[in-house]
Amino acid sequence: MADAHVHHDPNIGTTGLDNRKVGMWIFLGSDCMFFGSLIGTYLSYKGKSLGGPGPHDVFNIPLTSESAAVLLASSLTMVLALAALQKSDLKWAGRWLLATAILGAHFVLNQVYEFATFVLHDGLTLSTNLFGSSFYTLTGFHGAHVTGGVIWLMALWWQLKRGRLDARDYTKVEIAGLYWHFVDIVWIAIFTIIYLIP
Amino acid sequence: MTRHGRLATALLLLTVLALGAGCGLVGWEWDTKMSTVQPKSEFGRMTHDIFMLISWWTLGIFIAVEAGLLYVCWRFRDRPGAPIPKQVHGHTPLEISWTIAFALVLVVIGIPTIRVIFKTQEVPAATALRVDVVGRQWWWEFQYPGQKIVTANELHLPVGQTVAFHLHGPDVIHSFWVPQLGGKRDVVPARVNRIVLTPEVPGEYIGQCAEYCGASHANMRFRVFVHDKAGWESWVAGQQAAPAEPKDELAVKGKEIFAQSACVGCHTITGVSAGTLGPNLSHFGSRTTLAAGIMKATPENVMKWIEDPARHKPGALMPNLGLRDEQTKALAAYLLSLK
Amino acid sequence: MATHAAFMPGGATKEAAATGVWSWITTVDHKRIGILYGVTAFIFFLMGGIEALIMRAQLARPDSDLVSAQTFNELFTMHGTTMVFLAIMPLSAAFFNYMIPLQIGARDVAFPRLNALSYWIFLSGGLFLNSSFLFGAAPDGGWFGYTTLTTRQFSPGHSIDFWMLGLQILGIASMLAGFNFIVTIVNMRAPGMTLMRMPVFIWMSLVVQFLVVLAFPAITVALILLMFDRFFGTLFYAAAAGADPLLWQHLFWIFGHPEVYILILPAMGIVSEVLPTFARKPLFGAPVVIYSGIMIGFFGFGVWSHHMFSVGMGPVADSVFSIATMLIAVPTGVKILNWISTLWGGTIRFTSALLFSLGFIAMFTMGGLSGVMHASPPVDLQQTDTYFVVAHFHYVLFGGSIFGLFSGFYYWWPKMTGRLLDERLGKLHFWLMMIGFNMTFFPQHYLGLIGMPRRIYTYAADLNWGFWNMVSTIGAFIIALSILVFIVNVFKTRRSGQVAGPDPWDARTLEWAIPSPPPVYNFASIPTVHGRDELWLQKHGDGHGGAPVPKPAPASAKDIAAIHMPPPSYWPILLALALTVMLSGLLISYYQVVLGGLLTLYCMFKFALEYHRPAQEAH
Repeated sequence: MADAHVHHDPNIGTTGLDNRKVGMWIFLGSDCMFFGSLIGTYLSYKGKSLGGPGPHDVFNIPLTSESAAVLLASSLTMVLALAALQKSDLKWAGRWLLATAILGAHFVLNQVYEFATFVLHDGLTLSTNLFGSSFYTLTGFHGAHVTGGVIWLMALWWQLKRGRLDARDYTKVEIAGLYWHFVDIVWIAIFTIIYLIP
Repeated sequence: MTRHGRLATALLLLTVLALGAGCGLVGWEWDTKMSTVQPKSEFGRMTHDIFMLISWWTLGIFIAVEAGLLYVCWRFRDRPGAPIPKQVHGHTPLEISWTIAFALVLVVIGIPTIRVIFKTQEVPAATALRVDVVGRQWWWEFQYPGQKIVTANELHLPVGQTVAFHLHGPDVIHSFWVPQLGGKRDVVPARVNRIVLTPEVPGEYIGQCAEYCGASHANMRFRVFVHDKAGWESWVAGQQAAPAEPKDELAVKGKEIFAQSACVGCHTITGVSAGTLGPNLSHFGSRTTLAAGIMKATPENVMKWIEDPARHKPGALMPNLGLRDEQTKALAAYLLSLK
Repeated sequence: MATHAAFMPGGATKEAAATGVWSWITTVDHKRIGILYGVTAFIFFLMGGIEALIMRAQLARPDSDLVSAQTFNELFTMHGTTMVFLAIMPLSAAFFNYMIPLQIGARDVAFPRLNALSYWIFLSGGLFLNSSFLFGAAPDGGWFGYTTLTTRQFSPGHSIDFWMLGLQILGIASMLAGFNFIVTIVNMRAPGMTLMRMPVFIWMSLVVQFLVVLAFPAITVALILLMFDRFFGTLFYAAAAGADPLLWQHLFWIFGHPEVYILILPAMGIVSEVLPTFARKPLFGAPVVIYSGIMIGFFGFGVWSHHMFSVGMGPVADSVFSIATMLIAVPTGVKILNWISTLWGGTIRFTSALLFSLGFIAMFTMGGLSGVMHASPPVDLQQTDTYFVVAHFHYVLFGGSIFGLFSGFYYWWPKMTGRLLDERLGKLHFWLMMIGFNMTFFPQHYLGLIGMPRRIYTYAADLNWGFWNMVSTIGAFIIALSILVFIVNVFKTRRSGQVAGPDPWDARTLEWAIPSPPPVYNFASIPTVHGRDELWLQKHGDGHGGAPVPKPAPASAKDIAAIHMPPPSYWPILLALALTVMLSGLLISYYQVVLGGLLTLYCMFKFALEYHRPAQEAH
């Protein structure tokens, strides 16, 4: 009697929330501290580099703005993917998932292009100065998070294509979505703090 | 259980008594060479006053808590046939009051603490003697910019004079510490730290690096000599003078060896060489110790050191120069002649 | 990520029947994982202890040359690292694993395979770290690894690499366990177990897990920056490029101070279970003890710089961190008085478990009070990096954590094994440890006050440090003897110990309502909880005239057969191995990193999809 609900769905617990969702929230809290430490490091070394190039010698704000727009758009497609899945509209769920992954990949490619330009054109590497070290590390880890997200989304999409993901599994997509929105928000923070604030 | 309970309590009491007796009977000696509780400077006294204030409070709380614990254990030990005790869940007024009591004790400790923090970190007056301390793996350089003196591992100070130490270093973090003169201040690369001390009692004190800094951290010691006015002035005059020319034959030969060997690459002797990686040796003979305070400056020790520095100071950057015995002997004689 | 118990064929009996090495390698049962954690951590604890004994032997006399400076530096680095990350944390994890589900009336943790993964990653990290001894490259930068000493320039060779990567691996294990336990406690409680009805051990565990998941990212970042400096030429700690070596200290202690509470709060939780049981009274002011634990955890994030009073932060920062540190003393002191008040009016049974808890209170009090001393920066400037601090934190982490953990061993051993440990040997263990501990560490207060710095492998004879160092060394060997007594006790009672039965102590919480050792599904029928001391309420009522609360209805054989438990899985150990292959590749070849990375990704997929329903089940 007491554990009747357990048979119903093993993942729903005391709080009425899904275990996996609670877990993802805790993970994101932890990840906040991770990015907080990296951003703190960047800020504490801001303007401390002994030589150039500095942020405003290299930044290509239009390009990065486009990246930000792409990532924001991907949050929208992520929401649409989940909504479609919950309505059992598997065709559109797949399309939106794929769109999200492609937008994410676009962001990553932009970053690769940006890094390549900085290295080849501006001569800014990891070991040029403190700016190089802290900039590449911070944005690189964010890019790695996006990359991880893209792989995750592609995996979900592939499961969906193979008929192994449907409306019953919406939590799986919802959790990926939580992660994806978080990565998006972190980018907004990074974009503002590093690119926009002089 | 009761028997065990009594036994346990008795033993616990005995331990505490034994500890207490240990403190009393053995008579722990406090006036030792690196004692932190026999302050010989203004900084040290202020620190010590706070230490004693906190010590008395904490000792009082400690005795009350431990005595209370023992009493409760004894009084409420299980007896055969004891009924189930009353299920008390708490007592809010009591809990609030001891929370406030703890907070009050901290106020008593906190206020003088903050006063001393600010007092000990005041900007020194312009009249303060400036000494630049350079912490290196694993020795100390002391520079007196006002007096144009550079020396190593032995610090000389005038009594009653406020000294502003400016600390910096080129390699890893060290910590400058003379226990009898006051607290530590870290030597952090790429930073200049400051500590201000006013020695109040003439004498010889021992200092030591207090931040782990690699292989020979334990061997990074130094000496501090606090002089009266005359002693200080004569030391300054001696250091400002050019190094003495060697007189006896052995020392003259030593000087030649020094000038022709790798020594000059790292060590300065005014008029002979200008290396800066190792200690300045211009007045080596005026020091009582060598190798950052780990050996007395005797001819035998100087020879032993030159023969194999890393044996006495693991990781030492000074290489074994592979000199012959008579060369080492001459070199030692020369160095010790540099009064 | 999660395990879908409902989709699994088979059931409880499958793993229950399994024995042998393979069953342990693939286990996802929280009780078995708890035992694995306990045994592994105890072995690491012995290793850390042996390292300590060698150091004490070296320091027994002035100018001693038993070991070289290099060896000594390796010993104190590995002793600290081992005791913090490989002994006390995982010993606590053993209790978290075993006891959290039992005390909250659950059948397992939220993510059983993730739990196994945490253990295997922890084991890999521990072995990786200690394998450095085999390569003659044991870490020698101190457990705190201050830059710039640990940068490539001043520590060439692989010793710091081993340390840095080892900690990184261990950090992953701790964080995964943290996510798992938080979800378990938040979401897997039995019906009726509101937050304030959770046992205090559960509360302290919850606070610890939050500290783990929020504090470890800081050291993860600190280590990543160090790793990038050492491997990829970044400049985060390169003073010559304008970097501030104190960045490391800030990041390290933002982790490091919460870490202290990660080490002590589990022991506080244990003591809060043991005292009520053996005084036969509820914990006095349990809500205050709980709130104090939360306060300690919260303030723990705001005091990191009290480890840095000597770096020259300026008087304002010194004052702020000093006051914050003193504030922590309030909830800590309150807890001590609550524990003593728990005993007041009770009928105290002096079992070994209780003695260790009493030892905890007595010794931790001392460690806490000496902590108040160096909360005052002027005093700290004299005491920091001396043996006074060594004495202080051993009173907290040994007199506190280790005594508390042993209390937990004696208390819960019968639950885990079904047999009681021998009480006579237990008491001998306690008294030897108490005497040895105080002999070792009490004189170190004095040594610190007369100027003996930490981390020195030798000292001069004319400083009067010799005698009490000798006493301290003798004490250390008495501690070792007491540990031997414990080991003898374990082996002696393994087969012949008194059979415990479900509730040998007339205890108060749910884990004692089920057989010892518990069946694989823990609770045949999930209880409904009425109060913090649920079992006591079932047995004796509330003691104020209320009738005992109802026991859960016994389960039929059919009910039990219907319980679904997660089947074993080998993906946790494979994933842990792949991860270790990837990270250790940094020491060997980047090809290995790439290979390990691909393997890790592969294992992650297999792990994630292991229990995803097969395609034909789709609509």
